[in-house]
Amino acid sequence: MTGPGDDGDAGSDYLDGNAAAGPLSEVFAVDVTVASGRCAHCGRTGELATARVYPNSHGLLLRCPGCAEILLRLVDTGHSLAVDLHGMSYLELQRDAPGSQQKPSPAA
Amino acid sequence: MRTGWNVAEVIGVTQETRTARTLRLRLPGLTGHRPGQHVDVRLTAEDGYTAVRSYSVASALPGDELELTVEELDDGEVSPYLVHQVAVGDQLEVRGPVGGWFVWDPADPSPVQLIAGGSGVVPLMAMIRAHAAASPGSTAPFRLLYSVRSPDSGYYSAELDELARSPLLSVTYVYTREAPAGSGITPHRLDAATLLAAVLPVDDHPAFFICGATAFVETVADWLVRAGYPADRIKTERYGGTGSRP
Ligand SMILES: Cc1cc2nc3c(=O)[nH]c(=O)nc-3n(C[C@H](O)[C@H](O)[C@H](O)COP(=O)(O)OP(=O)(O)OC[C@H]3O[C@@H](n4cnc5c(N)ncnc54)[C@H](O)[C@@H]3O)c2cc1C
Ligand SMILES: [Zn+2]
Repeated sequence: MTGPGDDGDAGSDYLDGNAAAGPLSEVFAVDVTVASGRCAHCGRTGELATARVYPNSHGLLLRCPGCAEILLRLVDTGHSLAVDLHGMSYLELQRDAPGSQQKPSPAA
Repeated sequence: MRTGWNVAEVIGVTQETRTARTLRLRLPGLTGHRPGQHVDVRLTAEDGYTAVRSYSVASALPGDELELTVEELDDGEVSPYLVHQVAVGDQLEVRGPVGGWFVWDPADPSPVQLIAGGSGVVPLMAMIRAHAAASPGSTAPFRLLYSVRSPDSGYYSAELDELARSPLLSVTYVYTREAPAGSGITPHRLDAATLLAAVLPVDDHPAFFICGATAFVETVADWLVRAGYPADRIKTERYGGTGSRP
């Protein structure tokens, strides 16, 4: 993630959904950036890697590349991670998508 | 799936250009990664303040080591530290490698067109290295179009020259500020005509990977779509920054 201070509005400084793979790897068991999501607002379906990422100091927003509505919100307080998925009417995960992270450590 | 932050040790540093440095890290337990993936690096100050930034993996190594190449941004919070301060023996908190989308699959026979602006060459270099390591396994033709300010600001120059001797890789540079001495080339920003003359033709149905500052990536992807390349064959990795267009 990059871009401190971005408040996550639909301005022009956004990243690809792919850039959210790290934070989302703390939430999902498989790589959710290659999962297909359907926008609850406009119905567009696509891999989350093709959505627009707006990192901010509390987490990140994923916005639909079709209509710019929020698809996913991740709020990280340090103690907890909150995921708001109500912007998607559907999310299809690939069971065999290689883990969102090549697990480097057997411990922890 | 357990994930999160792991401690990597810096085991090597190489000055890549005047403003960029390559860090070699060892991440215990790592068994390779896919070409194009990135890691997140977290720095924590003494008062607990943290800063997280993403860095693409440049190397294509099978084991528990990987390389990052970081470009220093003058007013940056994290990059000057990674370029100037970090030393061999230091530890860095790393999450990943992550990302299953902006990756090249060695089993995919499609011709590949890579387009880089500045430090955006990093994940594309991982693909080029994986491709070279896979050969003769992979016969997919690779092309790299690489926009740099000047001849000495390109990363991995000697290695790219060497790899481009293979018929399976061709490299084209665009110099935006300063061209090689005596080349007769006038420096210019990448434009649509130069782009379309350099990339694989539509009929080859190439897979595109475009990486660099956000404005660069956006402009280039837009030119390709207008020229008739299908959008679903174009993968992008925006590095951020509101910086300059091509
Ligand atoms: C998936 C991904 C992979 C990345 N891989 C690499 C990599 O391999 N090598 C690398 O050097 N960087 C890479 N980046 C960019 C990196 O994450 C940081 O954004 C960059 O190092 C700047 O961080 P900073 O803390 O030094 O600057 P900041 O303090 O974040 O920003 C300082 C100023 O620079 C601007 N800025 C931020 N990023 C850029 C940029 N990329 N270009 C131009 N201006 C910018 C900001 O808007 C701000 O004005 C990657 C980014 C992403 C999303
Ligand atoms: Zn939408």
